[in-house]
Amino acid sequence: MQFGIFTIGDVTTDPTNGRTPTEHERIMATVEIAKKAEEVGLDVFATGEHHNPPFIAPANPPILLAHIAAQTEKLLLSTATTLITTNDPVRLAEDYAYVQHLTGGRVDLMMGRGNTGPVYPWFGKDIRDGIRLAVENYALLHALWRNEVVDWEGQYRTPLHQFTATPRPLDGVPPFVWHGSIRSPEIAEQAAYYGDGFFHNNIFWPSYHTKRMVELYRARYEHYGHGAADQAIVGLGGQVFMRKNSQDAINEFRPYFDNAPVYGHGPSMEDFTRETPLTVGSPDQVIERYLGMRDIVGDYQRQLFLIDHAGLPLKTVLEQIDILGEEVVPVLRKEFAALKPAHVPDAPTHASLVEAAGGPKERVATEPQVDRWTGTRAEDDNELKEV
Amino acid sequence: MRNIIAISGGLSTPSSSRTLAEDLGREAVESLRSRGEQAAVELVELRDHAHAIMDNMLTGFPTGEFAELMERLVEADAIIVVTPTFSAGISGLVKSFFDVVEKEKLEGMPVLMAATGGTERHSLVIEYAMRPLFAYLKAIPVGTGVYAATSDFGGEGAAALRGRVQRAATELADVVAGAPRRVKQDDFVDFETLLRRSA
Repeated sequence: MQFGIFTIGDVTTDPTNGRTPTEHERIMATVEIAKKAEEVGLDVFATGEHHNPPFIAPANPPILLAHIAAQTEKLLLSTATTLITTNDPVRLAEDYAYVQHLTGGRVDLMMGRGNTGPVYPWFGKDIRDGIRLAVENYALLHALWRNEVVDWEGQYRTPLHQFTATPRPLDGVPPFVWHGSIRSPEIAEQAAYYGDGFFHNNIFWPSYHTKRMVELYRARYEHYGHGAADQAIVGLGGQVFMRKNSQDAINEFRPYFDNAPVYGHGPSMEDFTRETPLTVGSPDQVIERYLGMRDIVGDYQRQLFLIDHAGLPLKTVLEQIDILGEEVVPVLRKEFAALKPAHVPDAPTHASLVEAAGGPKERVATEPQVDRWTGTRAEDDNELKEV
Repeated sequence: MRNIIAISGGLSTPSSSRTLAEDLGREAVESLRSRGEQAAVELVELRDHAHAIMDNMLTGFPTGEFAELMERLVEADAIIVVTPTFSAGISGLVKSFFDVVEKEKLEGMPVLMAATGGTERHSLVIEYAMRPLFAYLKAIPVGTGVYAATSDFGGEGAAALRGRVQRAATELADVVAGAPRRVKQDDFVDFETLLRRSA
């Protein structure tokens, strides 16, 4: 099972001292956080994608992922989420294949529709087409990574004729894709159709809802013949704040909770921890709570924690990652592994996908490559001649 | 058995909105009985759920007893809604309640609309504020809305209020008995259909 952290890169005022980090501080803190995740033995770091303040999550996650990849060895880099609705699928195919090469296959991605309404019109799209955009754009992305030459015509982007997305995926194997959704059964259905992963970002939602969405995905995964329902690839979100003594955790986190974006000034921390996966307490309490996730969704493959939001200072966030890596994840890893039946797979990685594909398939040129459009080679004089 | 949920937005005890909701509920059950239909009324005072309503507004999901009420609400055969008139409109609590009901869940729901107020000068609140709300929700508000001013609870107004209560309850019973409500199911669309739609 994979454990990691995911961030939305919010620039939030620390309610305990009124200080707001600069964008630069927050961006560099994000890099520190990712490096810390590798240092303590977590498996995954995932970044959101944002196009508006108060967020510094990159508009194009591969920029951040490539930077982190250059400073880490093992950490799997991912997104939470990549906007499949408002990005051009051609650019997604190109950028994520490129970062896949740079990271040596240490990248996968999670598709999402985005929850900031105006992003759609900013990029010339209509939010009412959200599901259709997700369906069409992903169908194109899926094809671009699997077919060297693509002819395409859809509703939402200009048609393509004899198009090749470059670079081709590393070893001929596209990055693994998760589809993230909170409420839309269509997205669970999409994930099931392709045999991709389904990530339910349950951090603000009660477990009965998570259970319903995951059960739908599992049943449809089996329906489409990718394997048994309990072999479908499921990921969950999580949110924790820990101190050795649970009362210290509660006292320290409460001002952040009370003023947090999304749920602040609403339900009490006690109500919210009861209803959602948020767990504020000792490492043991976190372990117990998250082992219980298996009772809700079955054996699952990826657990990501939100750990750096609501204005928590970097020092505190790094301490939280230490506790996760040293006290919580090793126990969860061991306990989940002991419970998992042998026929339930781990989340696919680049290595496992290459193996499943029968080994790496790299495109090898046997003769000088000629540009299909200009008829020239890279080393030729490519300037357009005045007629 | 028909289940009717009577929702009162009244805040005080005793509350004239609650009294009117009970009155309308009794009358609706009576009207249905005369058509050979058994019915039961559950009275809900939104004050009891005020915090849960605001939490739902902020977090996006209902919890606890309020979540259970939401489930009963969408499966009810009809609802009666009584709002106090606040600042020339629906009370914020009542509006917030309908703001957090999932859209589409009240489609086809027969609704008896009622309001209370200190003076009869606000009686059109039902027509300009409540009826558009239920039209938007694609519910079926019956023709007669019942407005009760403080003065209608005694004296000359009382008999006229009695008449309005009976007429509105009869209209509600007509809708409920005439065309049983179909609870809207979540529509699941398989992926081939989704792909075709986008193509």
